[in-house]
Amino acid sequence: MSSEENNASESPLASSTLLELPDDFVPGETDFIKVEDFKFFYGKKQALHGINLEIPSRKVTAFIGPSGCGKSTLLRNFNRMNELIPGVRHEGDISIHGTSIFDPSVEIIALRRRIGMVFQKSNPFPMSIYENIVYPLRIAGQKSRSILDETVERCLRSAALWDEVKDRLHESALGLSGGQMQRLCIARAVASRPEILLMDEPCSALDPIATAKVEELIIELKKEFTIVIVTHNMQQASRVSELTAFFYLGELVEFDATRKIFTNPSKKQTEEYITGRFG
Amino acid sequence: MNASLSRIPNFFTRSGKQTSLFRLLRNRLLTGLCIGLSLLTLVPLLSIVILVVRNGFPLLSLDLFTQLPPAPGLDGGGFGNAIVGTLIMVGISLIFAVPLGILAAIYINEYAPVSKMASTVRFVAKLLTGIPSIICGVFAFAAVVMTRHEFSALAGGIALAILILPTILLTAEQSLMGVSYAYREASFGVGATPFQTIWRIVLPEALPAIMTGVMLAVARASGETAPVLFTALFSQNWIHSLKEPTASLSVLIYNFSSLPYAHQISMAWSASLVLVTLVTLTNVLAQVIFRPKHR
Repeated sequence: MSSEENNASESPLASSTLLELPDDFVPGETDFIKVEDFKFFYGKKQALHGINLEIPSRKVTAFIGPSGCGKSTLLRNFNRMNELIPGVRHEGDISIHGTSIFDPSVEIIALRRRIGMVFQKSNPFPMSIYENIVYPLRIAGQKSRSILDETVERCLRSAALWDEVKDRLHESALGLSGGQMQRLCIARAVASRPEILLMDEPCSALDPIATAKVEELIIELKKEFTIVIVTHNMQQASRVSELTAFFYLGELVEFDATRKIFTNPSKKQTEEYITGRFG
Repeated sequence: MNASLSRIPNFFTRSGKQTSLFRLLRNRLLTGLCIGLSLLTLVPLLSIVILVVRNGFPLLSLDLFTQLPPAPGLDGGGFGNAIVGTLIMVGISLIFAVPLGILAAIYINEYAPVSKMASTVRFVAKLLTGIPSIICGVFAFAAVVMTRHEFSALAGGIALAILILPTILLTAEQSLMGVSYAYREASFGVGATPFQTIWRIVLPEALPAIMTGVMLAVARASGETAPVLFTALFSQNWIHSLKEPTASLSVLIYNFSSLPYAHQISMAWSASLVLVTLVTLTNVLAQVIFRPKHR
């Protein structure tokens, strides 16, 4: 991997410089999640208008834009969570590794196991910390105690939570602080060893210290996962992501390297949003 | 009082001291009214408990639980068969109504919440909660007793099941509805099937509330007289099979309290006390067993 990334992971938040993409990086060349002319409807209301987007592997891609612009809707289509809502339909296609996620042969359960999701409001189950993390394994039928134990440690370590909770794994997850709960949800999201992590405003309910921890974690996690993060926080997008997509009124206005979006956007709307003139 | 009031700075009030005093008094008055009325609601409840304990306690003895009812006019005896009968019939009603009610609630809340089926079931259940218990008794009489040509504990249990089914269904649906959508989302998000989500997350979380509904149903079923009167009738003997007339506490209370003998009337009081205690005990037990583990 590039040297820039190594620098970034050494002290991810020490400087506020934007994360650099490798010089030879061209958006679209190493596509991993590919969105093609994707339209999405809640009943009669169209939420997304013909989105085309290619998200590269093992990078952090941020979706920004004002509320109601469709960024969360698109994110929640990647693991087909939107299908839980009655009366929705879509046109166009989304593919991962070249396979359409809407292909009849794709099992929605398998798809969601390959794509972890972290929600805006942390939502640990009303169970112990341990049971929260092994839940994805238990529903997949895993019974081996040693595998479950290993997973708990691996996931808690990758969510930077191990040291804080290792002595109370069997206590209720609802006794954790807000920031710890969200990191627990991240740990749970990576338990089934997904390739993609979707984060829907993961820090919007957290205080600045907890936010910093989660951001640090995101930068650490992208070594293993392709991360797509929806955020309202522009600084956050610039701190954690390499690529940024700006959405407005259900359309993708601009998609480029984060540095370019934040320093020299090519669309006027993007510039106005970034500089806080609307949104 | 006045001294402390006058010290309230003016900027906390809208227009000076006078209003502030008036509002404070009104506030106190209304709070007092609410406390008073809350206490008032306890009066009928406590009166019943006190009355039942005072009248039912003197005759209380082990014999009451182990002996059969005495013939009219005779002393001694007990109502062991009625306690057993009530327990059996309430048990039968739960065997029918609890699985049916909870499964139906799961279907209409989790699988097809906006379907025609769901709205129909919901509507009918709401109608049925208002149905007088005597109608359940008459129905079970016509449907079970008449067709099988016998009064039985089974018929009594079925009548009670019909009576409590809508309550269990509706409270179970409310309990499921009360489970945060975030839990379902999290579960689906890691690739759980709807069945796994319901079985492992939603149902355990809703269980304490569902059990509250079931306990309400138990309390209602064990106290109802009319459905049992038409279906199980009464019996002077111990129950031998589910296919014979069966004694119950409620019918015993009904029968004995209308007799002109002091001993039988005292026994009716004791039976009331036993009934109230049984219901309370089941309630407390259920609360302890189904207490939410993680809060």
